[in-house]
This record gives sequence, C-alpha cells and structure tokens, in this order.
Amino acid sequence: MEYVNPEGLRLDGRRPMEMRQLRAEIGVVSRADGSAVFEMGNTKVIAAVYGPREVQNKSQQMSDQALVRCEYSMANFSTGERKRKPKGDRRSTEISLVIRQTMEACILTDQMPRTQIDIFVQVLQADGGTRSACINAATLALADAGIPMRDLVTSCSAGYLNSTPLLDLNYVEDGAGGPDVTVGILPKLDKVTLLQMDAKLPMDTLESVMQLAAEGCKAVANYIREILLEHTKQLEVRRGT
Amino acid sequence: MRGVQIPLDNTQKLRLERALERLESLSSKANSDASVTVADTIPVNLEDGVLKGHGTSEIEGSVVATVCGVVERVNKLVYVRALRARYKPEVGDIIVGRVIEVAPKRWRLEINFSQDAVLMLSSMNLPDGIQRRRTAVDELNMRSIFEENDVICAEVRGFQHDGLHLQARSQKYGKLERGQLLNISPYLVKRRKQHFHHLDQYGIDLILGCNGFIWIGEHVEAKDDMVVDQMDKSEQQSDESGIPLTYEQERGHTPLETRKYICRVANAVRVLSTLGFMVSVEVITEIVEMSIALNHDIHEMLGPEFYVLVAEKEVQRRLSTKKR
Repeated sequence: MEYVNPEGLRLDGRRPMEMRQLRAEIGVVSRADGSAVFEMGNTKVIAAVYGPREVQNKSQQMSDQALVRCEYSMANFSTGERKRKPKGDRRSTEISLVIRQTMEACILTDQMPRTQIDIFVQVLQADGGTRSACINAATLALADAGIPMRDLVTSCSAGYLNSTPLLDLNYVEDGAGGPDVTVGILPKLDKVTLLQMDAKLPMDTLESVMQLAAEGCKAVANYIREILLEHTKQLEVRRGT
Repeated sequence: MRGVQIPLDNTQKLRLERALERLESLSSKANSDASVTVADTIPVNLEDGVLKGHGTSEIEGSVVATVCGVVERVNKLVYVRALRARYKPEVGDIIVGRVIEVAPKRWRLEINFSQDAVLMLSSMNLPDGIQRRRTAVDELNMRSIFEENDVICAEVRGFQHDGLHLQARSQKYGKLERGQLLNISPYLVKRRKQHFHHLDQYGIDLILGCNGFIWIGEHVEAKDDMVVDQMDKSEQQSDESGIPLTYEQERGHTPLETRKYICRVANAVRVLSTLGFMVSVEVITEIVEMSIALNHDIHEMLGPEFYVLVAEKEVQRRLSTKKR
C-alpha cells in the first residue's frame, strides 16, 4: 500500500515531517489536584493527577521519596469497534508502566517523602500515538498540580514507511506494520527518557527517524510551555493582589 | 475555570471576556513577566550571590524553575510562588479539616496537605474546660469529642518527627456543626490576622481556613472557659424558674432564614473560586449583598448571568482600590 503518494502527501494530507494539530486544555477535572486534556489530531487523552497525598498502602511508603503510581485505560468508545476490554490487560499494564517510569524520571520525588502521587490517564479517542499523547497529557496535569519537576517531558512518535521517515503516525500508518519509534525527551536538558520501537530498522535510518521524533517532541514542548505560561498568567491576573 | 463549564450566551461571553481583559490591564505591569513554567530559566545576577528558594533548582549554573508560578525576589532569595498546589502549612495557620481516623491518643485529619495532620488528645482543651492530665478514660471517650467525618477547626502547631501537628487550645477551635464545608484552591485564601468572621447581619460564622477549606455555619457564641463556669451557675438558677430548654430543642434547630444565608454565602464562595478570584470576607459580603439587592434566588447565583456580574464587580472593585 502507498502511504506517501508521489506528490509527497500522506493519507491524511500531511507532509512526512508534519505533525497533527495540537490542542490542550488545563483544569478539566474539578476534584483532581491537576488535570488536562491533550489532543493530537483525532487522538484525545484526559489525565488527572491526585497528590502528593498520604500513602494509601502503608507498606509501600518510602521515607526518602514519593511513590508514583499510574493507571492507563482506554475508554470503550475510543476505537472504531466498540469493545469491552478487561481492566489490566497486558497492553494497558505495559503502557501504565512506561508512563509511570517516564514521569518518575522527571518528578523531583525526593522533595516529597512519604507521599504518593497518582496519575490517571484515559484515552477518549484513539487514532495512533496514544502513548505519546498520554505522556504529554500527564506532564500538563502534573504541572497543573504544582508538583516540582526537573523538566517537562514530552513525547512524539515517528515511523518509517515507503522509505520515508514519517512524523506522528496515525492509526492507519501505525497499523501498516512498519517500525514505530516512540521517543520521550526532556527538552531543556536535551536528554532522552523514553525510547520504544516495534519492528526492525536499520541503524542509519533509526538515527534519522529518532531525530525526527525528537524534533516533534520539541515542537510539542513549545506548545505545552505556551499553554502553561498562558494558564499561569491567567491565574495570577484573576487572583489579583 | 476548574472543570466547571459555564454555559454563557454570546453577550455574556463577550462581557466576561471584556471584564477579564480589563483585569489583565489593571494588574501591575511589573509583575506580568514574572510568571514562569517548569524548566524556565530565571534571570538572576549570579555575581551578587543568589539564594535558591522553593520551586527552583540549579542546572548547569543557571537557576531553573521546577513549578509553574510567579517569581518572587526578597534580597538575595529567589523563589517561585506556586499557584495551583496543595496546601503548605505554616506554624500558626488556622485551618479547617476533616477527621479520617481516631487513633491512640490522636485524631488524624485530612487538611489538603501531602500528609495527614495529627491532633493529639493532649493538645486540645477538653469540653469541660478543666486542665488536667489526660487519662485512659479520656482516651476511651475520644469518640465523644470528635468522630470520623467530623469537621474541625484548629491551628497548626508545627512539625514533629511523626508529621504535622495541630492544636485546638481555645473555645473558638473545635467541632463545627450545622453548616457547609467548601473546598477551594488554597492560593485563593490570603493569610490575615483574622480568619474567623461573624457575619452579624446574617447570623452566620465564616471560617476561611488557610488550607482552602471554608466553613460556613450558623453562628455559635464562643464562650470563654472562665465565663462558662459563672454562667453555668447563673443558668442553673434561672432554669429553675423559666421553662427549661432540652438539649435537642436548643441545638437541633437552625432557622430557615439562616440556612438560606448559609447557602447564599456558600454560593458566593463557589462563584469566586470558579472564576479564580481571591476569596476574602469583604468580597464575599459584597457579592451576597449584590445578590440580595438584585433579588436573585439562591440557585440563580450559580447561573451564567451572575458569574458575569461578579466578574464585572471585581473589575470595579479593583479600579476603586487602585484609585485610592
């Protein structure tokens, strides 16, 4: 199948190095300490953060750092066919773990000993790149909850189809069976905190695909930063003196 | 703004936007560029020496914010004042909390902090007002003082090895009954000299807890220990002559009028916190009076029109304080 046509356009009309439209909203769950909705094209994810709060299971309490927990779930209505998935299947356990590890790497856990931070992410619409969207939404929600972090982690995926590196794969491109590289970076420190890939990719192509994904992450970071700054300013203005 | 969608029609939307724009233009220009987000570099003069405060860290020789907020500078100290965050206790703060557990010699309270607070049996006055050692009998009777899910007002005593300790050593602290508890963001409550307010005209008590828990309840006369003793004696004498009120009759009834005022004040706080405006007694009373003057029903206070009116009122209020 042809994923990039001779004019250099993809199935949804994007250029190979073009990202989907981003949209983010902060403060969507009233009871949560921090929350956000993040959209990448048709992929839509909601994240809610509770904490730092008292550890529920005392045996898990750590006296030198915070306990970070993450729960990923997919809404039944998020995919094309409506299907009931059991909670805690392998896929969602794996993604929960990935998100938890990525977020834990950027939260300054040692500043909040004996506490617990819960991150809940749910996919409302799935159209490829849910993993990246979840990480971006979780970052926003954590920043909204006022949890100290080293940097804003952002994530983006990239693939390689028809011998062209493609940025931010959608569902159809994701299902094409080609390689799908998900990268998470700390933009300020310029470090990679997450790198996942299914399928094989030659060494020299991986370099360029990863580079592309990193560029995508930086674009996401700029957008997230803008949204957060705007939000913070708005809060301060409304609060007044 | 916190997860509450206000269904505005077009004119209301325009008016709200206009009000918010004016608020923006009113806020001091010097502070407008002080907002930072996570991982923003804070410009500092390293030659003068810098003390890094809360919400900052050092990366490659430059000071970087770790939370979203506003940069504050006090002499050499540079710190970021986080806006949306959990409550950070300071000694002497007046807070409102909810009992979640009765433990040996102590109650555990939820106060919107990252840990539960502890109120020791020994750091509160007994209801009979007698100063003495707490015995095992007192410990067994702890549930008669506070139970699970009771709302309590107390003061922050400080950090001990096992967490945050509270104290309630005065008649004004203690169990809160017959009222509403509201939960707002702590950054909207300013620390002031006075957190207990008696709104005389409505006959209600308002407690603005520093932790963002706000209590609105029927007014109860705070009695001093010494006075109580004397009054008890005099009451006993008068009771014999007059009709004795039973406990239930005396304490179990709140007049409808008072209850309505409680709801009005609660709705005023809800509107203010949804709009993200600072919550203080003056503003609350102003809004309650406005709602009464406009003949708004209690439920109409949560309607879109009232939100816009409150926003416009806030603009006027800030204009007038600026002129002075």
